Amino acid sequence: MTRTLLTGNGAAAWGVRLAGVDYVPAFPITPQTEIIETISLWIDAGEMDCRMVTLESEHSMLTAAGAAAAAGVRVFTATSSQGLLYAMEMLYTVAGWRAPFVLVNVSRGLSAPITLEPDHNDILAARDSGFLQIHAATCQEVLDSVIMAYRLAEDRRVRLPVIVNLDGFYLSFTREPVTLPEAAAVKRFVGPFNPENLRFRASQPVSQAVAVLGGSPYSYFRYEMHLAALNGLRVFDEISDEFARDFGRRYDAVEAYRADDAEFVFVMIGSFATKAVDAVDRLRDAGRRLGLVRPRLLRPFPEARLRELLLGKKGAAVIDQNISMGKGGVLFAELASALYGQKDAPTLTSFIGGLGGRDISLEEFYEMAAVTRQAAQTGQAPPPRLLYTEDELREMRKLQAVAQAERHRLGGNTA
Amino acid sequence: MYRIRFHGRGGQGMKTAGRMLGSAFFLEGFEVQDAPRYGAERRGAPIFSYVRASRRNIQERGIIRRPDLIVVADDTLAAIPAAGVLSGATAHSVLLISSNRPAETWRERLNFPGPVLTLPAPAEGDFQATKFTGAACVGAAARLTGVISRNSLTQAVRTELAHLGEAVLAKNLDAALQAYDLMAEHAGCVTEATESPAEEYEKPAWIDLPFDEARVAAPAIFAPATSEQVPTGLWRTVRPVIDYEHCKRCAWICSSLCPDGVISLSEEGFPVIDYEHCKGCLICMSSCPSHAIRAVPEEEAAGEMSGGGR
Repeated sequence: MTRTLLTGNGAAAWGVRLAGVDYVPAFPITPQTEIIETISLWIDAGEMDCRMVTLESEHSMLTAAGAAAAAGVRVFTATSSQGLLYAMEMLYTVAGWRAPFVLVNVSRGLSAPITLEPDHNDILAARDSGFLQIHAATCQEVLDSVIMAYRLAEDRRVRLPVIVNLDGFYLSFTREPVTLPEAAAVKRFVGPFNPENLRFRASQPVSQAVAVLGGSPYSYFRYEMHLAALNGLRVFDEISDEFARDFGRRYDAVEAYRADDAEFVFVMIGSFATKAVDAVDRLRDAGRRLGLVRPRLLRPFPEARLRELLLGKKGAAVIDQNISMGKGGVLFAELASALYGQKDAPTLTSFIGGLGGRDISLEEFYEMAAVTRQAAQTGQAPPPRLLYTEDELREMRKLQAVAQAERHRLGGNTA
Repeated sequence: MYRIRFHGRGGQGMKTAGRMLGSAFFLEGFEVQDAPRYGAERRGAPIFSYVRASRRNIQERGIIRRPDLIVVADDTLAAIPAAGVLSGATAHSVLLISSNRPAETWRERLNFPGPVLTLPAPAEGDFQATKFTGAACVGAAARLTGVISRNSLTQAVRTELAHLGEAVLAKNLDAALQAYDLMAEHAGCVTEATESPAEEYEKPAWIDLPFDEARVAAPAIFAPATSEQVPTGLWRTVRPVIDYEHCKRCAWICSSLCPDGVISLSEEGFPVIDYEHCKGCLICMSSCPSHAIRAVPEEEAAGEMSGGGR
């Protein structure tokens, strides 16, 4: 067991290496590229027995990943943002094949306007694809989640592909101390891939692209995927128990930090949740009973566990690093549906922030706690708060004034 | 927790500087977080990296708002507000700037609230020496914290630069250790800021964002004029200079190939380069049929006025 400094991308690559992956179809995109670069260096140096193929797009990359998994080999691939969206058609398709493999998505805000920095709209666009989703908050968790994801995907009660998500920059390019588990222990933990009926044999063709007309057979296949995804809850619990036993690190489907005796909690996913941990500690020091509830597993959605953790609390501040235009935060809506009609449900407040990598400051966490406390007292939740300050708008107005002056000079629309 | 920010330009090794310092802290038994931050990856563009080090687990994440130490590897960055060198500086912050101007000059010019130190910069035009500025900055920063031994610094530089080969590694190590020794009298002047308790926080000035019509709120830019406000010429390390004796005035070639649209025509039909915005990509030079454009290192060219400009 070595403890070393690794970026989130490096940690993902180590997870892949230790899981004994056979095949990696690849296509580069910032901020993911370091993952496949690292793997390709290892393959070149003979340190990893694996085949890597570069494809001409993410759409083809996902097709290759699904096809290889359907041929019975252990597959890994990675992408980000626009790449994930470009591959979206195949995400839904290969999930329907029930071919298990692991995809790492390094979250990055979507165009337009284009950016490099993270938020969760990319990964949430894949929410209903049939891929299960594990969201990591630290580099260690990235490595461990990749390993656990193979167990989850390949379990015969599930057999669906799994996405492990990490935030661009705040994890992908950030080095933290990471413990590398022993290769032999991981090999034992993950085990060999049992592809069951998935195979490729000469002269024995199998078609994954079956057509069904009339809603009934179609419904059957879709419902079966849903049931398999729901099985993922129990299977994930088993895997995390086993992982904790073998490696001493525990990853529940929902992380609950100082939540047991908390009156109020922050609810969020991804790496900024560590900032919430910091805020919780500091608010506790100031005598406030705060906690953090972080769904690690987003699909399947750990509804029952979230109810257990949240019912009886006075309030929950849901922080969404995504925005569904014309609705609001996706996580807020998911959580509200899980708590609707339940006795002793907390007052929910909604905050949208951290889009395109915008920081969420400690002071903003304190203020979100204060707003939620106030809402619980009055029983009246304020409208969703789009985190944005006076200073930010002032800077934006300056840029717009420049653009306006230029439009004027260029004789364009000056209105 | 120690919070340290390195500012430099793409190509100056700021990412590696952050890693070297991060590794040195790690070897001293600290929990560490180090990360680079940049936009479009381009040589010469301002970038920064940051290092957090603490005896406890680090939960803080993202940019450093209140740095204990700001290291500036290139003093020309001080003139670029967008580089954000001074962002979040307080009386507790120490500024270390690689420069041959005296610390007093920087204190006055930047109105810096905390102590200012300088690290002798390589002589102008000594491009060989500038390659090691990053390592020198790390050596100095390590000493200023007072908690990193010479031995850990050495080992950290070795670990992070092993892939560059022994000769390059040795020069970097030399630069790092020299700076480490040079800062002996200031050892320990950078300290961990006291953490402010949650009761006393300053409320964020949140606003309800007003609706703007799409003609204002769509992210359209009006090229090339939008770029005018940003003096991207400061990114340049090498300058294309036109020799008008040999220029054949086929200016449609260089001016239309210039990716930044900074070559305009004079009344006589000669191409004129706008050095405030020329990034020094040298596409004009490589496309000039009569070889009338040459590349001059920026330090050397700064005095010359040939080649136009506005």
